Amino acid sequence: MAYALQQLINGITLGMIYGLIAVGYTMVYGIIGMINFAHGDVFMIGAFLSLISFTILGIAGITYVPLALFLTLLFAAAISALYGWAIERIAYRPLRGSFRLAPLISAIGMSIALQNFAQVAQGARDKNMIELIPGGFDIFQQDGFVVQLTWMQIVITVVTLVLLGGFTWLVTKTSLGRAMRACEQDMKMTALLGIDVNRTISLTFVIGASLAAVAGMLFLLYYGSINFYIGFNAGVKAFTAAVLGGVGSLPGAVIGGLAIGLIEAFWSGYASVEYKDVAAFSVLIIVLIFMPTGLLGRADVEKV
Amino acid sequence: MKAALRDAGLSALVALGLFGTMVGLRTDVGAESKLTINPQPVTVAIIVALVFLGRLGMVLWSQNKAKAAPVAKKPSRMPALGRYVAPVLLLIAATLPLYSSRYIIDTGVVVLTYVMLGWGLNIVVGLAGLLDLGYVAFYAVGAYSYALFAQTFGWGFWTCLPLAGILAAFWGMLLGFPVLRLRGDYLAIVTLAFGEIIRVVLLNWTTLTGGPNGISGIPRPTLFGLTFPAGAPEGSFAHFFGLEPSITYRVAYLYYVIFGLALLTNWVSMRLRRLPLGRAWEALREDEIACRALGINVTVTKLTAFAIGAAFGGFAGAFFATRQAFISPESFTFIESAIVLAVVVLGGLGSQLGVALAAIVMIGGGELFRDFNEYRMLIFGVALVVVMVVRPRGLVSGRTPSVTLGEGVKISADMVSQGHG
Repeated sequence: MAYALQQLINGITLGMIYGLIAVGYTMVYGIIGMINFAHGDVFMIGAFLSLISFTILGIAGITYVPLALFLTLLFAAAISALYGWAIERIAYRPLRGSFRLAPLISAIGMSIALQNFAQVAQGARDKNMIELIPGGFDIFQQDGFVVQLTWMQIVITVVTLVLLGGFTWLVTKTSLGRAMRACEQDMKMTALLGIDVNRTISLTFVIGASLAAVAGMLFLLYYGSINFYIGFNAGVKAFTAAVLGGVGSLPGAVIGGLAIGLIEAFWSGYASVEYKDVAAFSVLIIVLIFMPTGLLGRADVEKV
Repeated sequence: MKAALRDAGLSALVALGLFGTMVGLRTDVGAESKLTINPQPVTVAIIVALVFLGRLGMVLWSQNKAKAAPVAKKPSRMPALGRYVAPVLLLIAATLPLYSSRYIIDTGVVVLTYVMLGWGLNIVVGLAGLLDLGYVAFYAVGAYSYALFAQTFGWGFWTCLPLAGILAAFWGMLLGFPVLRLRGDYLAIVTLAFGEIIRVVLLNWTTLTGGPNGISGIPRPTLFGLTFPAGAPEGSFAHFFGLEPSITYRVAYLYYVIFGLALLTNWVSMRLRRLPLGRAWEALREDEIACRALGINVTVTKLTAFAIGAAFGGFAGAFFATRQAFISPESFTFIESAIVLAVVVLGGLGSQLGVALAAIVMIGGGELFRDFNEYRMLIFGVALVVVMVVRPRGLVSGRTPSVTLGEGVKISADMVSQGHG
């Protein structure tokens, strides 16, 4: 019981990070209908930018944790947003309206390039960081097993929920959100109604990249170690989460993220750590057999 | 000119933001294993200057181009050229080991492996239109089944080759069943997941596959019982024909094995395109609903595409195992699937010649950058983006319809849909 509770806490924390990345996938997919393969690598870039920022702040002597967190969050999100914008501008915009596989290959190329760019620029070794927010408290004890909730896990959950709340508000209540939803339904019609489609798509990438950067920062804080390769695994998991929840659906992305996080935590806790990826992917395949559009996805109406 | 300068200035500013942080502020592990910042201002300045000049040149060039009177686009000469390129390539490929150094032949073997993989995947993606991101799984199945058969039962390469193909085809069917109802990107992510599952299992099933250590000492192929060892002992190729002992014979033999296998792949898929099955694949690619309405069995069509494509992946895998004499899960990562898919798409989906050209350009071109090992994959990724932006339809983008009324007319690839599962 206590053990299960601990796995639940760990799973939710992991799921929050996946959810944050998955939102970026699902948004881009919703609007332009392509898998942004480089999104996981933007997450990795965000983690590196956070590492750089924390290191600089450490050298500058700013050790008040909330301030350091806030400044790093701003820095990582801003520069990653620039990356998101540049990626869309260089690799995807010229291919808009081209046949479906062209942007996908371009995205895979971008992903390979970003990964190796980070390797060349920041070195291939694992980069470790000291624990910034140590400690936590025991919430429950049973048969000598202590269920622990760390401050880090609370920070991750709170930051994620605040961001997702703000993002939901942006999509449902603001004019930018309305423009985004309009583009999702019919891009040509939206353009005819006087909405700058290019700008809307760019902003979608910018927002998705910032969310991924925040996820990268949280990942760095939680695990304390990053390298240039973390983007692939996290990206595949997050995309799996987005598909599991139903690509194009925002609540679906978060639910899918939580589901993948929980499956991994429980599988590692009760079965085997080595096969946790197999478990997550198997669940994806099984869900898609019975619900081909994911948990919350809309079925496409096919016209002949 | 002023606008161009401003544009270039903005680009340089963006580049400063992108590279000034990631490149300019390099984190290094310093004293007491604490992280320090190691600034790289010169590198950043060079990159920013290059971006500025590059963007300026690009803007000015496109302005000049816009000023020139628009010329009607000439019809592509590629199809006519293709008639001569293919036989010439074939001739060069067939005679390559006779006059080349060992290094060139070795590179040729790698290129031909990718040509074969590309032609195999082309059946699934180019003909049947099913986007497969996990093709490397079948490559791995072929490689491991040959390695395990050879190690456990002591069977030779030529016995195991068909078995490897059959096993891979079986796995292809296994993947095919759950994805029958899926389309597009759902199909892509499931095939990707399948590839990862196979790799993770290979990595962790230590008792069977040796885990991360892989399997070594895989036997080399023989030519009617003649072996290709380093010296010239009894029963070796060099001894039998009374030749100077040389390692080049083995490399050349491997080259001709993969050359034959690749030609077989090409021949089979060309023939299949003309059979009712191949036509059903192409119909499926164009419109699945229309296919159903016409009474084509979509299940059988999809499963055969997966199975036959996978079988060729399995053959290539068995060859890979015998060439390397050592395999480990590291050789079967997602990046391999991505490279093969890139070869197919870059070649122009469905074009046999295009796939061969793309493999030569990409894999052979990659060899040129072997000395810049660190930058090799970076250049590869950037090149992929650039080629896609410049030629989104691939290198050879025309295609001949397989069914024609009267004379066959080559149609532009823009007229056909592809790869939407």
